[in-house]
Amino acid sequence: MSASASSGTAGGSIVTRVVIYGLLGLFAVIYLAPLFVMLITSFKSLDEIYSGNMLALPRNPSLDAWGKAWGSACVGLTCEGIKGYFWNSIKMVVPAVAISTCLGALNGYVLTKWRFRGHKLVFALMLFSCFIPFQSVLLPMATVLGHFGEIGRQLQDSIGTSLGFGNPTVNLVFVHTIYGLGFTTLFFRNYYEAFPTELVKAAQVDGASFFQIFWRILIPNSTPIIVVTVIYQFTNIWNDFLFGASYASGESMPMTVALNNVVNTSTGVVEYNVNMAAAVIAALPTLLVYVLAGRYFVRGLMAGAVKG
Amino acid sequence: MSITDKLSGRDAPRAPAAIGWRERLQEALPKIVLAPSFAVTLIFVYGFIVWTVYLSFTGSKMFPSYDIVGWQSYQRLWTWTFETDPPSSWYTAVVNMGIFGSLYISICIALGLLIAILLDQKIRGEGILRPIYLYPMALSFIVTGTAWKWFLDPGIGLEQTMHAIGWESFHFDWIKNKDFVIYTVVIAGVWQASGFVMAMFLAGLRGIDGEIMKAAQIDGASTAQLYRRIIIPLLRPVFLSAFIVLAHMAIKSYDLVVALTSGGPGGAAELPSTFMYSYTFSRNQMAVGSASAVIMLMTISAIIVPYLYSELKEKAR
Repeated sequence: MSASASSGTAGGSIVTRVVIYGLLGLFAVIYLAPLFVMLITSFKSLDEIYSGNMLALPRNPSLDAWGKAWGSACVGLTCEGIKGYFWNSIKMVVPAVAISTCLGALNGYVLTKWRFRGHKLVFALMLFSCFIPFQSVLLPMATVLGHFGEIGRQLQDSIGTSLGFGNPTVNLVFVHTIYGLGFTTLFFRNYYEAFPTELVKAAQVDGASFFQIFWRILIPNSTPIIVVTVIYQFTNIWNDFLFGASYASGESMPMTVALNNVVNTSTGVVEYNVNMAAAVIAALPTLLVYVLAGRYFVRGLMAGAVKG
Repeated sequence: MSITDKLSGRDAPRAPAAIGWRERLQEALPKIVLAPSFAVTLIFVYGFIVWTVYLSFTGSKMFPSYDIVGWQSYQRLWTWTFETDPPSSWYTAVVNMGIFGSLYISICIALGLLIAILLDQKIRGEGILRPIYLYPMALSFIVTGTAWKWFLDPGIGLEQTMHAIGWESFHFDWIKNKDFVIYTVVIAGVWQASGFVMAMFLAGLRGIDGEIMKAAQIDGASTAQLYRRIIIPLLRPVFLSAFIVLAHMAIKSYDLVVALTSGGPGGAAELPSTFMYSYTFSRNQMAVGSASAVIMLMTISAIIVPYLYSELKEKAR
């Protein structure tokens, strides 16, 4: 969304202007409030939380809750904080984003520049896969991943390595890559659709091969869509809960699942400051991406919303 | 070019075949590149959907069984849909879906449109305000749920804060109240998604031809008339897109309910997605869980398929 000229009327009296700014300011406060409360709560002590006002600034800001959330909060039965789960998420997100983006780029290239009979049907089927409720594939995937686990154990016994079969992080990379393909293909297809086919044709006449054209002509011109796709996939996969909760347990949980466990396994006094610190840590990577590249984030959302 | 063509090409005389084979490989390469992705989609999306549909017709309980028993699971869901006293969890899920879906979609659209129109009045600082409305969309539903769970907790959050600043009679315990807990999901959901709807409307507003508005103003239309009669009708495609996106997000909603309410007091915040999960994985009623997943898929398809069809068709023109 570019900052093009407003279409609004901009006229009106001073009173109207004040009302407009007032409303916008009020909305901004409401939208910011939960993040603000999460942040200040994470710097408070428990006593202060239970006795005080949630909107008040911390009297003695401390990083204790952050330290505890990172290093010693209880997730289920183990009390080693969320750091391990944070790394689980990273180990899951990086390969899944990389693989699904590369495949999406190639698919988009084929579907626009090397069309064949039925290319529309192929695209339509891949596009629809973006929208299915994952509940409708959850159980079969669990069964298949169970078989992967068995293969892994057999390989482990016979050749001494499972080759990643049955490893929960590998499983999640696999799952996220598959169910992300629809979106990445959609993004690149729509982008390459507008890319001049004459350039590709000219290169073909000059004898450039399929991969040379892709690598030398399309990829150097794809930076914006690569950024959009990577951000979109990163946010989606980092924020996923359903697959993580279904296919990973114990030590291999991704961040979101661990956070939900921290919040819901509080025995005795609920340590809200630790919960909030953990929530902020879980939110940081995507928030950071949003702050640094918000423009591309919005473009991804819009591209995912306005189809075709 | 099919594989059989390629193979038969090898039987041709030697010298030209070497070139022909290469050319054919070159020609088949795009399809070879696309094939794995397409195959994976066919198997892991469509094959799995068929598998789930199949399971919904079996008598699977704790483990999948593959003996067809017919429409039993659907019949049970159908009976449960009308079991109101005490409400079955499927009944609760369906009613909650209706309440949550309609409020979530309508409030998001209303609020998104309002903020977009306000932002479109040549506002100074738009560059700062816009990202503020939109950042919740970058958060995980689990984070949103955690934050709002705290915010709405009567013992510690908003209610206590209001008491602390002197509003003693302030009472807000929806999150603990089985009749109102679903509305807290609406609040958190709207907070998360309305900024996105705003961005969609804002893009729509910016795409409107300024000449139309000037003409209307010259004709003496007031600002309110301008919006009601001209601009909002022009935004119809955005309304449709927003509706589709929100409806499909509403049906898929799972994480938010889990994090915010853990199912609510006595399972009062059940949605079809949580119903599916608990029947499949913890209540040992896999067939019923699969049937509910199929119903979710059909509902989403009923919304998405016509939309995608018309979008793709329009594009082709």
